[in-house]
Amino acid sequence: MTDVLELTAAQAARQIEAGELGADEYLDAYAEAAAGEELNAYLWREDPNGGRGGGRDRPADAPLGGVPVAVKDLFCTEDVPTTAGSRILEGYRPPYTATAVRKLTDAGALVLGKTNLDEFGMGSSNENSGYGPVLNPWDRRRVPGGSSGGSAAAVAARLAPCAIGTDTGGSVRQPASLCGIVGLKPTYGAISRQGMIAFASSLDQCGTLTRDVADAALLLRAMEGRDRCDSTSVGIEGGVELPSREDLEGLRFGVPRELSADAEGLEAGVSAAFERALGLIRELGGEVDECELPHAAHGLSAYYVLAPAEASANLARYDGVRFGLRADGDADLLNMYERTRDAGFGAEVKRRIMLGTYALSSGYYEAYYGRAQRVRTRIVEDFAGAFGRFDYLVTPTSPTVAFELGARTDSPLAMYLSDYCTVPMSLAGIPTISIPAGLAEPDGGGPELPVGLQIAAPAFAESRLLDAAHAIEGAIGFDATPGLGGG
Amino acid sequence: MSVPSGYEAVIGLEIHVQLSTQTKMFCGCALSFGDQPNVHTCPVCLAHPGTLPVVNERAVRYALQIALALGCEVAPRSIFHRKNYFYPDSPKGYQISQYDIPLAANGSLAGVRIHRVHLEEDAAKMVHLGESGRIHGSAASLVDFNRGGTPLVEIVTEPDLHDPGEARQWAQLLRTTVEQLGVSDVNMEEGSLRCDANVSIRPPGAEELGTKTELKNMNSFRFLERGIAAELERQASVLEAGGEVAQETFHFDPRTGSLTPLRSKEYAHDYRYLPEPDLVPLAPTEQMLREAREALPELPDQRRRRYEAEFGVPEVTARQLAFDAELGTYFEGALEAGDGVEPSVIANWVTGDLAAARRHFGADGREVAPAHLVAVARMVVEKRITHASGREVLDALVDPGSSIGDPEEVVESRQLAAVSDSSELEAIVERAIEAEPAAAEKVRSGNPKAIGPIVGAVMRETKGRADGGEVTRLIREKLGAA
Ligand SMILES: [Zn+2]
Repeated sequence: MTDVLELTAAQAARQIEAGELGADEYLDAYAEAAAGEELNAYLWREDPNGGRGGGRDRPADAPLGGVPVAVKDLFCTEDVPTTAGSRILEGYRPPYTATAVRKLTDAGALVLGKTNLDEFGMGSSNENSGYGPVLNPWDRRRVPGGSSGGSAAAVAARLAPCAIGTDTGGSVRQPASLCGIVGLKPTYGAISRQGMIAFASSLDQCGTLTRDVADAALLLRAMEGRDRCDSTSVGIEGGVELPSREDLEGLRFGVPRELSADAEGLEAGVSAAFERALGLIRELGGEVDECELPHAAHGLSAYYVLAPAEASANLARYDGVRFGLRADGDADLLNMYERTRDAGFGAEVKRRIMLGTYALSSGYYEAYYGRAQRVRTRIVEDFAGAFGRFDYLVTPTSPTVAFELGARTDSPLAMYLSDYCTVPMSLAGIPTISIPAGLAEPDGGGPELPVGLQIAAPAFAESRLLDAAHAIEGAIGFDATPGLGGG
Repeated sequence: MSVPSGYEAVIGLEIHVQLSTQTKMFCGCALSFGDQPNVHTCPVCLAHPGTLPVVNERAVRYALQIALALGCEVAPRSIFHRKNYFYPDSPKGYQISQYDIPLAANGSLAGVRIHRVHLEEDAAKMVHLGESGRIHGSAASLVDFNRGGTPLVEIVTEPDLHDPGEARQWAQLLRTTVEQLGVSDVNMEEGSLRCDANVSIRPPGAEELGTKTELKNMNSFRFLERGIAAELERQASVLEAGGEVAQETFHFDPRTGSLTPLRSKEYAHDYRYLPEPDLVPLAPTEQMLREAREALPELPDQRRRRYEAEFGVPEVTARQLAFDAELGTYFEGALEAGDGVEPSVIANWVTGDLAAARRHFGADGREVAPAHLVAVARMVVEKRITHASGREVLDALVDPGSSIGDPEEVVESRQLAAVSDSSELEAIVERAIEAEPAAAEKVRSGNPKAIGPIVGAVMRETKGRADGGEVTRLIREKLGAA
């Protein structure tokens, strides 16, 4: 491992700008690392031996000049294979590039590779990928979290300086937590969804996976903004400030019991790390008090009606007619549909399509979809109430540290509980970040693994959120790195 | 073609209007008709992964004009929904349409209430190779996505129509109305105007509606009328035979004029409507509404009322002029040229003798300049020619075999000028009285109806160029019967 791989994206960009680091040298180091990776983090990589063109001629005033970025394979990249982690899109090369990716390359970044993920973003362990699971660099017997598991593992394992992912119910924050890095999910509408393959459109949001909070701000700054191709995008008014705050004087932090002490399946080690983090917040001058989110405990139930409902419509386009996989249909249309979708989709995707289809069916709509929408409204109101008293809310990101491969694959409900603490913020559409809060042993013992601290702020208060996260990050001083051994 | 006796027909229409915007409803592809298949497509209208719809503002403006022309209330925030169904003509697997909160509702046109007006996107065109022309039993199916995503406005009426002919007339009025707005080609053959009907029958005076059936694919107004009439007959015969009308959807076959029930699988969808999360609510601004209102031209029904009120044109004539955009425009042109001639007189010439001449000569007939029509009407009013001669002049002007284009020339060359010299006419009248002594005697002795043979003799002599009223007056005067 060479030194350059330890630089943050911001540091590297500064050194390249100052001529202290060659852009080619930096990129080659990462291309080489990615080419030799053993975590199954990448589904496609830039050829390390050249052929790379655009981006090397860095435009003046390019804040990400020369910085390679790993891109979750849920973002369309023109003429570059884009699979969404699904066999149904094997070999598909999109005719266009996602707005978020284009804005990164416009800022001077280079697409280093496309990272592995749970199929269509549906999963919390990366075991639902159609191309095999990603391994956690801290312990290869464990999962990296999901669905942006490839992006999280790549950044943690020094296979990329930074990455982007997507977060629907925790898919950026939870893997960031399990891999010991920073994961930011901005406000819904901050970054364009154009070119981001849809799972649940009213929840999906592009997010960042980085080594530190400053890098998260740097990437967000490049990507945010209204896009006329996405009617739901609005950007962040006033833009994004790079974080600089060192203290938390006068800031109020609420701790929702429902998503911390009372969270289902909360591990003792995670709880202890969380308590230590609360202590540090107080030491920095922050006020910490308990708060209530009375409906948050129903977040997961509402989410697993709403997200599959939207997914059932979003995934209807994979029908074998125009692109991607097409199974032989015995000359019959229905047969072709059935065989294509049966062969192309994995078990979890099929489960969610069925759940969503059922929830929207005539006679069940009100009982399921309508009710879940009302729960979502209550949760939005809960957060609005809490933000009347607090500037931030803090919880553990995941109730547990990284779990072992296969540990939850037999029980969808156990798997869904991985997102217990992250889903309510997704339903409310508010900006939320996970930063490493230290290491903890899993329940039942074993080597220590990363724990994430989740911080949430009101909609479009990204700059304030990043500022607080930056201050807490400094106080925690997390400097552990994955051993990259066999565990 | 009317309603089977002993029943009342209840008919509602569902009309789809393709808007003539430059681009599609949710992407930037150009609209086209008859181009090479699949040239007007992009990642959005082919539903590539990650693509998002963006509402075409022009389409919203056009739809607002239709809604306002139909007197609808525009929703402050209407919602797009996904209407889910699997079929190759629907690349996303759902159609973006409107569901519980449409763009506009509660309007009316010529006494028929409008239930709702909403915006949606058209499906792609399927071509089924093989005998049937339908997907079942076809050897292969091809999809042309050029049409996919064309902006559509769906107009749904309340079941306020009670006769197939009335339904046809109303649909024609709707077409003229939309045509006047300039927001659609409204061509039924090309599919830019499509009409479905919901039809049921019930005993007269019954409160409860009968079971309705849906008729699709009637691609002309004639077929619309015929399809509804056929379905009313069918429902009546089902009831007569003691049966019950089943809720079904029928496909009208214009070649045979028959109705074929669609297999239940083809229409019994559970569309699993879902609010479209990729779009925000459609909230027209005050300015958009004002602009749409200001862009409204005079509409057929308003035009009819104006013709009646301003020009004293009788209702039937006013309706004929106002509901046929071409005829109305012609009438307005003639009014401009018609200084001095009463508008109601011009209206009669346009809807009566000119229309008759046009019908007679058909498509080959020549156009008559509005000024020429007015010239003919004026000559008749001023008694320079008789009404019959006027009709003859119009015929000559329309006749493709004639080369004379000026009414004066027709009058001269055919010597149609009325006998206006009173001494000449008096001499002719005297000769006619002498030629018909028996009739003359009866008139003298107080039987005015006996005047006919004498008038006839005068007309023979003048070849119809004498004014009938003047001739009668002169005869009576001479016979002392005035
Ligand atoms: Zn298009």
